[in-house]
Amino acid sequence: MRVPLSWLREYVDLPATETGRDVQARLVDAGLEVETVEQLGAGLKGPLVVGKVLTIEELEGFKKPIRFCTVDVGPANGTGEPQEIVCGARNFAVGDKVVVVLPGAVLPGDFAIAARKTYGKTSHGMICSSDELGMGPDTTGGIIVLPPEHEVGTDAIALLELVDEVLDIAVTANRGDCLSMRGVARETAIAYGLPLRDPALLDVPAPNSYGYPVKVADPIGCDRFTARTVTGLDPEARSPIWLQRRLQKAGMRPISLAVDITNYVMIELGQPLHAYDRSLVDGPIGVRRAEAGELLTTLDGTKRKLDAADLVITDNRGPIGLAGVMGGANTEIADSVTDPETGEVKGTTEVVIEAAHFDAVAIARAARRHKLTSEASKRFERGVDPQAAAAAAQRTVDLLVLLAGGTAEAGVTEIVSPSAPRSISMRADHPDRVAGVEYGRESVVRRLQQVGCDAYGQDELVVTVPSWRPDLSEPNDLAEEVIRLEGYANLPSTLPKPPAGRGLTERQRLHRRVGRALAGAGFTEAPSYPFVAESVFDQLGLDAGDPNRKVVKLVNPLSDEEPALRTTLLPGLLATLRRNVGRGSHDVALFETGLVFHPSSTPGVAARLPVDRRPTDEEIASLDAVLPVQPRHVGAVLAGAREQAGWWGKGRPADWADAVEAARAVAREAGLELAVDQGQYGPWHPGRCAELYVFPEGVKTLVGHAGELHPRVVKAFGLPARSCAMELNLDDLEQAGEGVVQAPSISTFPVATQDVALVVDASVPAAAVENALRVGAGELLESIRLFDVYSGEQTGAGKKSLAYALRFRAADRTLTVEEASAARDAAVAQAAESTGAVLRGA
Amino acid sequence: MSAPNKSYDPVEVEALKPEEIERMRDEALAAFAAAGDLDALAQAKTAHTGGTSPLSLANREIGALPPQAKAAAGKLVGMARGAVNKALAARQAELEDERDARVLVEEAVDVTLPHDRVPAGARHPLTTLSERIEDIFVAMGYEVAEGPEVEAEWFTFDALNIGPDHPARTEHDTFFVQGPEGAANSGVVLRTHTSPVQIRSMLDREPPVYVICPGRVYRTDELDATHSPVFRQVELLAVDEGLTMADLKGTLDHMVKALFGEGIETRLRPNFFPFTEPSAEMDMVCYVCRGESVGNPDRPCRTCSSEGWIELGGCGMVNPKVLTACGVDAEKYSGFAFGFGIERMLMFRHNVEDMRDMVEGDIRFTRPFGMEI
Repeated sequence: MRVPLSWLREYVDLPATETGRDVQARLVDAGLEVETVEQLGAGLKGPLVVGKVLTIEELEGFKKPIRFCTVDVGPANGTGEPQEIVCGARNFAVGDKVVVVLPGAVLPGDFAIAARKTYGKTSHGMICSSDELGMGPDTTGGIIVLPPEHEVGTDAIALLELVDEVLDIAVTANRGDCLSMRGVARETAIAYGLPLRDPALLDVPAPNSYGYPVKVADPIGCDRFTARTVTGLDPEARSPIWLQRRLQKAGMRPISLAVDITNYVMIELGQPLHAYDRSLVDGPIGVRRAEAGELLTTLDGTKRKLDAADLVITDNRGPIGLAGVMGGANTEIADSVTDPETGEVKGTTEVVIEAAHFDAVAIARAARRHKLTSEASKRFERGVDPQAAAAAAQRTVDLLVLLAGGTAEAGVTEIVSPSAPRSISMRADHPDRVAGVEYGRESVVRRLQQVGCDAYGQDELVVTVPSWRPDLSEPNDLAEEVIRLEGYANLPSTLPKPPAGRGLTERQRLHRRVGRALAGAGFTEAPSYPFVAESVFDQLGLDAGDPNRKVVKLVNPLSDEEPALRTTLLPGLLATLRRNVGRGSHDVALFETGLVFHPSSTPGVAARLPVDRRPTDEEIASLDAVLPVQPRHVGAVLAGAREQAGWWGKGRPADWADAVEAARAVAREAGLELAVDQGQYGPWHPGRCAELYVFPEGVKTLVGHAGELHPRVVKAFGLPARSCAMELNLDDLEQAGEGVVQAPSISTFPVATQDVALVVDASVPAAAVENALRVGAGELLESIRLFDVYSGEQTGAGKKSLAYALRFRAADRTLTVEEASAARDAAVAQAAESTGAVLRGA
Repeated sequence: MSAPNKSYDPVEVEALKPEEIERMRDEALAAFAAAGDLDALAQAKTAHTGGTSPLSLANREIGALPPQAKAAAGKLVGMARGAVNKALAARQAELEDERDARVLVEEAVDVTLPHDRVPAGARHPLTTLSERIEDIFVAMGYEVAEGPEVEAEWFTFDALNIGPDHPARTEHDTFFVQGPEGAANSGVVLRTHTSPVQIRSMLDREPPVYVICPGRVYRTDELDATHSPVFRQVELLAVDEGLTMADLKGTLDHMVKALFGEGIETRLRPNFFPFTEPSAEMDMVCYVCRGESVGNPDRPCRTCSSEGWIELGGCGMVNPKVLTACGVDAEKYSGFAFGFGIERMLMFRHNVEDMRDMVEGDIRFTRPFGMEI
């Protein structure tokens, strides 16, 4: 809502010294978001005067038509002689009154005017367009041609009201009343403690039976319809400058007098109005719901197929307007046209004025359905004062009579559904209890009265809210009125006392630890968007039946290319990896923790549960049942060097083992040791893919994969060769966590170390050999470590040698060599039995 | 009284003459002093203190002396040997010190060499900033609450008094999730705020409820310098008996002080949200210029555009309708809530100039933020 300060002053006697910024500050405190204060005519300096065109000489030979004019500017140029001016516009004739800026003047935008040579002539000033004067929206498409009555030499800065301040207010959805001068003026008056001259306080004739016939078939959708008729309009009458200027400053384009007047009254009172050319309306006006499929061409020229829920205005032929949104083209006020033969001006001479009140939801839905937002629909959606309709109609009639020479017909149609003022019961100290401030009953009642409420009662108030505040419906709404007018700035600052807390949950602590562990290991966190294309699963090499191909899809994705939600973190991580490499970072290690989304196993539609009570546990469960399964995953990718080359020696490229180690690092944070199996899964190199397991309650559970990426995936994503990745289901890890660590008992007896080298088939996993050694060695085994892997001539083809250091220790004695050797032999025997291992050199 | 022992060997007596002992001692001392390194000293040690060294041999002669002479000779030899051993130890220590000093000098390295063998990783600043905010409230006794990102409309809108006709519930603002068979009206959306977690928190717990709800949220904005379709919020909800707007203000003041330092306060401006009543927009004093750039064109402030205030987000007293929908007795309990975007705060707290920097995952952007923020 754009509010010219000069216009605002018409309703509130603000001190003359108050600037737009001052008013802005007061209104912001009161809760109106005044975003900017525009300084119209800032830097403007005359002489800028009314001139009369005396002669026009068309200059030939230029790329565009140019006119050399002499203009009478009276004494404004100091000589009284005609002013010679070159002008490129063509929308004027000899004898027209125009706006002339003379040398020495400065126009908005620091545009200094001086006499200058142009098109072979000297131009002593300029004939101005509204653009050059910064006047706002305009349709003339040329220079300003003033009505003839303005005298030559008159100061045009004052005449065109060029200097003003305009407050631009972002009105919140609940304050439809402030989409009007009347509403903003009321807030201003309250903020300054000054009286308001309410422009809606007009004498309105009582309704009678001989007004224009109106039938409202849907009194819910339209609870009020006022119709007035004005005849004898002068089609030549144009909007006076003040009217045009106020519309322009408010951000609207002047169109024609009748339309300008309805717009003006809408801005003034907040009541959207519509003027029908009476000669084009066929029979009584009706209000009803549309029949599905009915057609209406609206004023914007669009032919619209109507919905059965649309509220329409009709005549005998059918719809003539989309109620509260936009009128129809078939009853549009005609532009005045001059007949070139006779000179007769033809145009609309009689109008029917509609001032109606429509249901906010019906209008909002219609506007949304037809993707058609108008000044009218904006207001109806946010709430229009139903009581203002009659006054708005009267104001429109008055202006048509005054400015267009019309005659108001005596008939006044008013159809009103009965309604009672709304009352709210509220404890007088309710605002105090909401704010934490003792305002006292007296202040509460005074503030409520300021916004237009009536309040009666002592401890328990009965508050009747004014017709223009449909948003006030609950005690807290009233409390807000009191608190904002008392000033949010005056609220004290106190701290509540929550019950003693327990800190983060285990799960939340785990998430933080995982992040720190990976960052500590050199990985950089890179959260990515969850939107993916389904083709990404082909790129990842997933089987046709892979459950990760079952996705949750969006109705309205940002990009039609990526309509699905991720089921794995890899696509985002790999894209980020590629982006980093593309930008010249070659040694990259990234990780992400985030949700992935799998369709619910019990899909359905989430019901709209009631809001007037707590839903039952069953109802809540019914919502949760249709939601996707959304586990938290952690993923990591690596490319380039894991260890840099440097003065210390050679670097080491990232490899499958780094990916596995990243997964192990994550599992360790969950207090788990990952079990690793040789595996195969789409995105990974078939020979370099680790399946990662944990054993919650003894059940072997796959929690993810790690290893080197499949060369096909590397190629498909444009990644560096031998990029590696891991991904784990963090929720599964968390649930498998074993909770409190039990302290080990530490033996202080000496350790006995035994090394063994075992030869096994190359296909035997090291993990199996180690496991067998552990089982065989028994409880004397303190630790086991694989310190060398060898395959070559000495092992024989298809074999490998694994060298382990075994450390034995007893809790209660120093082990003898014989005891340690016996344990070692038992370990080797177990490995031989389980894996076919042979002691090397044996 | 017995006669003096006349049966001693005059030759052996020669070796135990005081001047002989002194000579042996002096030779040993000279040899030690002359030893230039530990090897030479070891040789001198063998020569002058070993079993065949003159002093050792002399010592052996003492047994042959008449008893009355033994004491004097023993004393003489013992003193000489003591002096020799002492000199040896001193020289040994001296030479070891010299050697150690030399070796340490030789072992010196250039400690200015870089060591970036495994470059440091980092956590994303949006994560760590969110955690920092969570920690402020956890310290006050709040719980951190989380919930699904794909959420039922009832939790996201209806329970928050955002009716079916609210403009936020259109494809213009909200991502809708397809239902079975691709149906458009599944009643499921990508949450547009973390407020559904507030609703779930109230449904899960008996009041009092003090929770902080961080998380990712989604709106249908194209990515540009100031918008992202995916961003992070932190919301707070407190429901208890007798909570007031003053409590809301105090809680906000505490948060901005904890994040931006003493003297930073908040300002509330009336606003409108369906889920709170009264509602407010919250601003904080610009932590850079502290308001001094206002009306002071010589000292413009980039952080607050010389407004003196930085917009944080929305807040208010929980609308009693929301409490009712969550089964909280609105007569007995009141609540306050606020929410704001982490991206925006990261931008003005750390001078991030472009939203895309926080989205693209460029390690050059993220690494400097390290583990905590």
